Amino acid sequence: MIAAVSPPGPPLWLLLEVTYRCPLHCVYCYNPVDFARVEDEMSTADWVRVLREARALGSVQLGLSGGEPLLRDDLEEITTEAHRLGYYINLITSGVGLTEQRIERLKAAGLDHIQVSFQDSTREMNDFLSHTRTFDLKLRVAQMVKAHGYPMVLNCVLHRLNIDQLDTLLEMAERLGADYVELANTQYYSWAHLNRDALLPSRAQLEAAERTTQRWRERLDGRMKIFFVVPDYFETRPKRCMNGWGTTFMTVTPDGTALPCHTARMLPGLEFPNVRSTSVRSAWYDSDGFNRFRGTGWMKEPCASCDEREKDFGGCRCQAYLLANDAYTADPVCDKSPHHALVTAAVAQAQAPRAQEFPLVFRDPANSRARSQGAPVGG
Amino acid sequence: MNAPKAAVADDSKLSIGRGFRLQWEPAQNAHVLLYPEGMVKLNGSAGEILRRCDGARTLAQIVADLETTFNQTGLAPDVQDFVAFAREQGWLEVAA
Repeated sequence: MIAAVSPPGPPLWLLLEVTYRCPLHCVYCYNPVDFARVEDEMSTADWVRVLREARALGSVQLGLSGGEPLLRDDLEEITTEAHRLGYYINLITSGVGLTEQRIERLKAAGLDHIQVSFQDSTREMNDFLSHTRTFDLKLRVAQMVKAHGYPMVLNCVLHRLNIDQLDTLLEMAERLGADYVELANTQYYSWAHLNRDALLPSRAQLEAAERTTQRWRERLDGRMKIFFVVPDYFETRPKRCMNGWGTTFMTVTPDGTALPCHTARMLPGLEFPNVRSTSVRSAWYDSDGFNRFRGTGWMKEPCASCDEREKDFGGCRCQAYLLANDAYTADPVCDKSPHHALVTAAVAQAQAPRAQEFPLVFRDPANSRARSQGAPVGG
Repeated sequence: MNAPKAAVADDSKLSIGRGFRLQWEPAQNAHVLLYPEGMVKLNGSAGEILRRCDGARTLAQIVADLETTFNQTGLAPDVQDFVAFAREQGWLEVAA
């Protein structure tokens, strides 16, 4: 066999999770369940060094995320340096904590784009749907965003508990003057995986939501663009996760751990480099964590001989581990996977009307700490 | 969906579309267009056209500059095609 593995390209997409602190408690959050273990966030100087090293490798799209990134009071400083280096800078925020003063400073620092998430899900969602005060807060954020020349991009995570209110959600988005609305169905990792039985919608709910989306698209005639991301549990082929492991994306967590995706830290038996002690170059090119699932050489059957293996790279490693307890197996979303029944069973269960209420686990430090002891990291 | 692309007049001034940024990326050895959460890697000719769309020059001036720089003639139809396409994608805006 001829080794024809070409070296990976640069990490074009860099996502900095600058903090795990967050004023919200979203039950579908993709931050690790044991996020409360991480108490020491990197300093401004550390983040700036990461920006410089990654840019030198070729990183160009930058996401500033969290937690709630606005909770870092050096966000302007980080943005200034990122802009100077030539990044295209995307802020991913709940909008909580965004003031006129901060948006002015961020704009002056060179921030290119803002994506605002609906303050969502049960605790906050009920509040949002029923209280004018919360809507007014969102409206102020939307007005600020637009007044500074940014398009208003709203991201809303859909799940069983809010998907039936999509009509109301889109009506609010229109009143907020949104230019783009991303309706992202929940992906079942981390907190969302803990809460999966409560969050997974039925097929009928999903189809109704698609019809609602279509109706709005026709009515709006292109004024507000709506993107609808179908949940992979309802598919028969897995997603091309992160465009392929270690091909395009690098995430850096608040404590400096470099990961090929937001959730990879949960995978057992992998060591991920920390950019406090390792250069970004070495983390990307040399570390076992990034090299482990690059290409197709690691695959088992049915992936290894599958003619679609280059198309989806066997799907998501985290999902394979979470569902089948084996990071090397095919993503169970694939109907060629020997574990596909795990997905169809979850979907089948979601068709039934709830006989019992599934208790929700809110993403907060107390719940995180309670689930950290002895649990696999990030599980 | 194959509506003819709106032709751009020769005296139109062209600039990079709002929300897009054009820059040279040494790591990719190419011009790229950056936009929210995405990127288009441009081929050589696309990059040469777009880098001249500075909001000051007209389409005719851009064609003339390209023909001089690359010692060619008759580039107008190709440039116009690309410019019409780029405008549809939102990469370019027509000032006047």
